[in-house]
Amino acid sequence: MSPKTLMLGNEAVARGAYEAGAAVASAYPGTPSTEITENLAKYGEIFTEWAPNEKVALEVSLGASIGGARAICAMKHVGLNVAADPLFTASYTGVGGGLVICVADDQGMHSSQNEQDSRQYARASKILMLEPSDSAECKQFVKRAFALSEQFDTPALLRLCTRVSHSRGLVEMEEREKPAPKEYVKNPGKYVMMPAMARARRVAVEERTRALREFAETTELNVVEYYDRSIGIISAGIAYEYVKEALGEKASYLKLGVIYPLPARKIKEFFESVRVCYVMEELDPFIEEHCRALGLAVIGKDQFSAIGEYTAAQIRETVLGQPPDQTPAASEPLPARPPVMCAGCPHRGVFYALKQFPGLTVMGDIGCYTLAALPPLQMMDACVCMGASIGMAHGMEKAAESSGQLSGRERAAKTVAVLGDSTFIHSGITGLIDVVYNKGTSTVIILDNSITGMTGHQENPATGYTIKGEPTRQVDLQKLCEAAGVDRVTTVDPFDLDTLRKTIKEELAAAEPSVIIAKRPCALLKKVKREGPYRIDADKCLRCGSCLRIGCPAITKANALTTATAGALPAIDLTQCAGCGYCARVCKAGAIAGAMAPAVTRTGGGDPA
Amino acid sequence: MTNVLIAGVGGQGALFAGRVLGRAAIQAGCDVKISEVHGMSQRGGSVETVVRFDREKVHSPLIDKGGADFILALELLEAYRSIGYLKNGGWLIASTQRIDPMPVITGVASYPADIVEKLTKTGARVKALDALSLAIESGGAKMANVVLIGVLAGALAGDLAIAKEDWLTALRQAVPEKLLAMNLKAFELGHNWRENLGEIQTI
Repeated sequence: MSPKTLMLGNEAVARGAYEAGAAVASAYPGTPSTEITENLAKYGEIFTEWAPNEKVALEVSLGASIGGARAICAMKHVGLNVAADPLFTASYTGVGGGLVICVADDQGMHSSQNEQDSRQYARASKILMLEPSDSAECKQFVKRAFALSEQFDTPALLRLCTRVSHSRGLVEMEEREKPAPKEYVKNPGKYVMMPAMARARRVAVEERTRALREFAETTELNVVEYYDRSIGIISAGIAYEYVKEALGEKASYLKLGVIYPLPARKIKEFFESVRVCYVMEELDPFIEEHCRALGLAVIGKDQFSAIGEYTAAQIRETVLGQPPDQTPAASEPLPARPPVMCAGCPHRGVFYALKQFPGLTVMGDIGCYTLAALPPLQMMDACVCMGASIGMAHGMEKAAESSGQLSGRERAAKTVAVLGDSTFIHSGITGLIDVVYNKGTSTVIILDNSITGMTGHQENPATGYTIKGEPTRQVDLQKLCEAAGVDRVTTVDPFDLDTLRKTIKEELAAAEPSVIIAKRPCALLKKVKREGPYRIDADKCLRCGSCLRIGCPAITKANALTTATAGALPAIDLTQCAGCGYCARVCKAGAIAGAMAPAVTRTGGGDPA
Repeated sequence: MTNVLIAGVGGQGALFAGRVLGRAAIQAGCDVKISEVHGMSQRGGSVETVVRFDREKVHSPLIDKGGADFILALELLEAYRSIGYLKNGGWLIASTQRIDPMPVITGVASYPADIVEKLTKTGARVKALDALSLAIESGGAKMANVVLIGVLAGALAGDLAIAKEDWLTALRQAVPEKLLAMNLKAFELGHNWRENLGEIQTI
């Protein structure tokens, strides 16, 4: 047996798929699911791709499954909303080769716009769902999921979350299985889901759910551990690890590995064997409601929040009445440290230029650039979901037309939609087609930084490379927009402030749809050449504060112990500066220049002014 | 069970430091869990990586307030922010590097003065060092994380100790060949700093 390796939950999912003999993988990146696919791509035996969005990813995986291969796709919780359409009907078609759909929830919203509970999808689509609680189980459960998918002719959902996906634990490696190759067999009754055929499959889905329910009663994936029976805990996934940490052998446990369908007899039996019974689950009372439907008076959301993440300390306090330890604390309120656009980020140029247009409404989107909503740029009015910016800008224009206070054109002249290249491909293009088709005049800015940024640098159809780094045909964003019917498409360097400002002004004024492609690669890309750090010449500096207003984390006041900005001498931190030179372009006094040593490093609180 | 919290600013390499520590603990025969946060929080925000290791099975990847035997802080304000996680009798080892958060840059807040003294006044056991200068001495400012790992390697004593060879193996596994020499130097500079730790080795 090979030694144990320290793996992220996501890495272990990929390893499990490899060992299960998976042959095809498709996904769209989304925190916290991204590394599943990045790791799948490292296995030469698995065809792995980035799809334009999660719907396509699931369709590719379903096609591969019907074609006879074991297939896997991965997405974050909100990605499953995009893929929900194929999901619900894949439940009816069932599979050829095993099909595993990984979905990673984000309790606490570390990197997401909402906190939805994906378990509801399993119930709604009537699809088997397993939930591992650490890296070792991630690998084991994926392999079981493939086998169960084939045994019960169902896609299998694997529910993950930030703390499982992004925690590392020890995993034992095994050999890759070689599942017997399956031929594609024509079967329109199973795969052509039109009413007559779907009605028959609807019945098959119910029969399958009955069989899975019976399976859930007996499978070793649902484990009972008896210690002290005065407290019983029904739990699953990461919540099980927290509660085990908190209570150890002071309680007995029913750990559910199968989340849908949930067993009935097994839960009842456990409930009856303990004095009080808690259900410990983050987010929705999913298991709790099942217990209540069985008539079991469990303790759950009446004592534990449906919001955010649980902690062992909180469980100890609520269940055992043990207050948390007194710990040292700061003697003053501390400044928050919200995430910021990186030093050198090309998006900064676009939002700084937009800030020159007073009264502008900016419909934003999902990506690093959402950070422009925060001070000091504060140039975003809305951010909802992938690709929503364009449709929402169009809706603003049409709302104005019907309200009569402002003409639609006047509204559109004060509104832009801003979204990234990858987000545009994902689902922005359909919004743009809508604008053109329905006679809108929106201005759309595509932030083309040559990569999918926020999720940690993934290739996409506009970058010209596949997930495996092979060169491929690149989507030409300019031509794509033109083909959708946009005649005014301009490409601008976001750091060319004057040209960008002029272009935005012209396109806002144009009484037709227009697209501005702000093109400059992400500052974190290895191929981006970095100049040495920039420096501020104290003699030339007018202390006007312009460079402090671009929101660059590398530029701060030389003495930041005072809150005053006016009159403060700015300084550039050598360890932070990416050498992009945008601050030098903004400085009216010409006081900032590049590659002049020595720059400043900063230590301590309270260095001299 | 040994719990180490690594606090810093996104981009400073807290995740990397956590992985090196985790690998070293595996070399020493421990079960290990590490919690990381990826995505938006990595963009210059506060980041916390937790590494837990033990001869027994480790359950939760997270720790509670008052749960850390050691806090390694890559930045002073983040050291101050993390103090509530320190166990009674634990040690906070802080790099004196300062990175202003955006509210300080924009002038709506100020960076606290005299953080090391204030931390000491809480009664916590605190050691501060200029890890950034040691990192630059080793070949690059980015290696302040490895300097702190070196300090921790020197500080873990008694039952908690991990053999130096295990640390070096972990570093060799984690660092690309061409950067290895610099990283080993950063580790050594941190490790040698143990002389300044004094009574820390009595834990």
